[in-house]
Amino acid sequence: MSAPLVTRQDEFLKTDELFINLGPQHPSTHGVLRVGLTVKGEVIVKAVPDVGYLHRGTEKLSEVRGYHHCVVLTDRWDYVAAMPNNLVFCLAAEKLMNLQVPERANYLRTIMCELNRIASHLLFFGTYGIDIGAFTPFLYAFREREMVLDLFEMACGARLTYNYIRLGGVMSDITPEWTSKTREFLDYFKARLEEYDSLLTYNPIFQDRTKTVGLVSADQAIAWGLSGPNLRASGVDYDARKFEPYAAYDKVRFEVPLGKGGSCFDRYFCRVREMGESVRIVEQCLDQMKEGEFMAKGVAKVPKPQPGEAYAHVEGARGNLGIYLVSDGGQSPYRMHVRAPSFINLAILQEILEGKKVADVIAILGSIDIVLGEVDR
Amino acid sequence: MSAPKNPADKHAASNGSSAKVPPAAAVVPPAPAAPAKPAPKPKVEIKEPVFNPAYKGALLTHDRYWPTQRWKAPWSLRSYRRGALALGALLLGAFGLTAAVGELAPWGALLQSAVSGLLSSSFAASGVWILLKVLVVLHIILVAPIFLVWWERKISAHIQSRLGPMTVGGWHGWLQTVADGIKLLFKEDITPIAADRWVHRLAPVIVVIPAILAFAPISFGRELAAADIDVGVLYIFAVAGVSVIGIVMAGWASGNKYSLLGGLRSAAQLVSYELPRSFSIVPVLMFAGSLNLTRIADSQAGYWFGVIPRWYIFYPVVGQISFLIFLIASVAETNRVPFDIPEAESELVAGFHTEFSGMKFSLFFLAEYAYVLLASCLTAAFFMGGGGSPLPWAPWTWIPSWAWFLAKTLGIVFCFLWFRWTFPRFRVDRLMDFNWKFLLPWSFVNIALASIYLLI
Repeated sequence: MSAPLVTRQDEFLKTDELFINLGPQHPSTHGVLRVGLTVKGEVIVKAVPDVGYLHRGTEKLSEVRGYHHCVVLTDRWDYVAAMPNNLVFCLAAEKLMNLQVPERANYLRTIMCELNRIASHLLFFGTYGIDIGAFTPFLYAFREREMVLDLFEMACGARLTYNYIRLGGVMSDITPEWTSKTREFLDYFKARLEEYDSLLTYNPIFQDRTKTVGLVSADQAIAWGLSGPNLRASGVDYDARKFEPYAAYDKVRFEVPLGKGGSCFDRYFCRVREMGESVRIVEQCLDQMKEGEFMAKGVAKVPKPQPGEAYAHVEGARGNLGIYLVSDGGQSPYRMHVRAPSFINLAILQEILEGKKVADVIAILGSIDIVLGEVDR
Repeated sequence: MSAPKNPADKHAASNGSSAKVPPAAAVVPPAPAAPAKPAPKPKVEIKEPVFNPAYKGALLTHDRYWPTQRWKAPWSLRSYRRGALALGALLLGAFGLTAAVGELAPWGALLQSAVSGLLSSSFAASGVWILLKVLVVLHIILVAPIFLVWWERKISAHIQSRLGPMTVGGWHGWLQTVADGIKLLFKEDITPIAADRWVHRLAPVIVVIPAILAFAPISFGRELAAADIDVGVLYIFAVAGVSVIGIVMAGWASGNKYSLLGGLRSAAQLVSYELPRSFSIVPVLMFAGSLNLTRIADSQAGYWFGVIPRWYIFYPVVGQISFLIFLIASVAETNRVPFDIPEAESELVAGFHTEFSGMKFSLFFLAEYAYVLLASCLTAAFFMGGGGSPLPWAPWTWIPSWAWFLAKTLGIVFCFLWFRWTFPRFRVDRLMDFNWKFLLPWSFVNIALASIYLLI
């Protein structure tokens, strides 16, 4: 899999290895990631990802905050897709408190999570284009992402850190205007997906750059604990929405796009096709949703759940996002632990980067699609 | 002095120049001691934090302009129709202007005779005349990037559904590049401590000078070459090749690892792509039988069947292969997407010019655009008949040759810009494969094909 590191040239020419700090201030590390690269010419000998530049200690902070306040903290992990973060904390806390969520709230949660998945994958699509060197897809993606953010702004007033999904339901109900705007967006967006394919996906240079690069076998993916599109690109059929449905995912029909080889292109294409599936899910939810309550009755203002523990996980935009909550009966969690998919996906970098070219580092790093807010929490 | 509006300003004014308003304390005597009965506390009404009743959830965005609205019927927008009209008027005006001016060569001859009339010795006259030509060509090269950068920004913006610069200069931000240039002039010139100072200082100069020199034999129309030399093509390729040294020097002298990688990459890339670029025009030289750019352009005069111009791009198979290889190699030579590997910004930050600032940086920029212009001029001269009209009929033949040459050049420049904002970037090794295993062999095959043409 890796290119030969020692070529015949080395016997005659004395060459030196070069250490390059890729980051933490670099245009394509998507935040403050540092990768220590040891290169021989253009070939990577060793790559060590270094994280922790954006650590804010949200897990510790949650131990001195009430359950309602913790939802606010969750927005700051994966700030590109904050709805699933809200949702996973609420699911875990609701398990602790034995709260029943109304039907309409479940649908609203599903809609918001899927719209947020579209927004997040659009960001990936755009930035991945930039990583490969195509600038235009970025602005196309942001044109559509802007519309999704407008929808969020209409629904909850915030565009990035929503705090929309609350314990026992959601913050506010949606309006008929919102529904019609959303349908308008979905119709528009379906045509744009084809445009993306013709612009970037089927571009021969793009395929050449990504199809044979960063191969991750299914065994490797499972061994490193990959999840989300990174895992499914290697051909492993696992999606928490399908296999342990939460919210309203058991009431909608959708497919889980799978890749074959686990290359960068597979990871990219899985995400692009997931956007299409998200459109399907949102449309079905809008069709099926009935009038009703959007918030459960009798959610305590200062919840003090019984001592115990709960684990909940959802399929976030970046993978399997899990939360382990321990309560000691007090008004704030005794311990909160986050299974952050970005952090775990990042670890495989040191294995698959060896023997690749410098240009491939960017292609692989981009295809794993990390958000440093979630890596460092 | 205008009257101060708020009380704080009033106090400030009274302490200062204006003596009309005495200090507030002097007018209002201190209040007498408060009565024994304390004043009743004002009743503070705590309102329930409710949402604004007018808020229906849609207010925040209902008036925001979504692309869905615009794309339904663009012609219903007044600005769209007005823009189309303005564009039509612009083209028509340009047509009228060029037709009125006519060929530039007679004007040049007039100027030359005026110069020789003013100066007694013919030696001085020819010296002044050469200086004038140098000035004109120099200004073409120095002014063209100002336009090209603005044009590139507009084109990229419209490709990406944006507007681009719209403010500076009033009309569509046409002065934006001038403003940027002035800003770059005033920027601090930073030389990193780790840099090799003299090489760092020399590098941009070595990149720019060949770019300017290379324009000497270009003929911008009929009899409009500054230096009509017989080895023009050879001269251009030889001089333009020198720029590589400057880029390698820039990469090496910056004392930055990214710059070093960028410099080495560009050395490999530019030297490699010189080969297919030169070999791809060998068929053209064979057909024209000359290395003189004016003669090459003139040899393409005439029309097949009275309609199709006898440009080399229209020679079946050979012409197209030649044109494509030349275009691709030219894009690579100018370090632009999809071959912008030396300055791949997502990998190497900015490649060889990472550590350059101010005017040094803008010299690299100038050289890049000068080379884009040069490549486009060469393409127009080699493959599109120089200043020849594409159609032999009246309205087209009114347009003089320099205008046709300009239009063709700008058309090719547009292709360069179009590529840049559409394609992703190659990887280094694939770039080399593409050059050595694809372009170069095909350029050889093309020479063989061209020789068959000549034999028939």
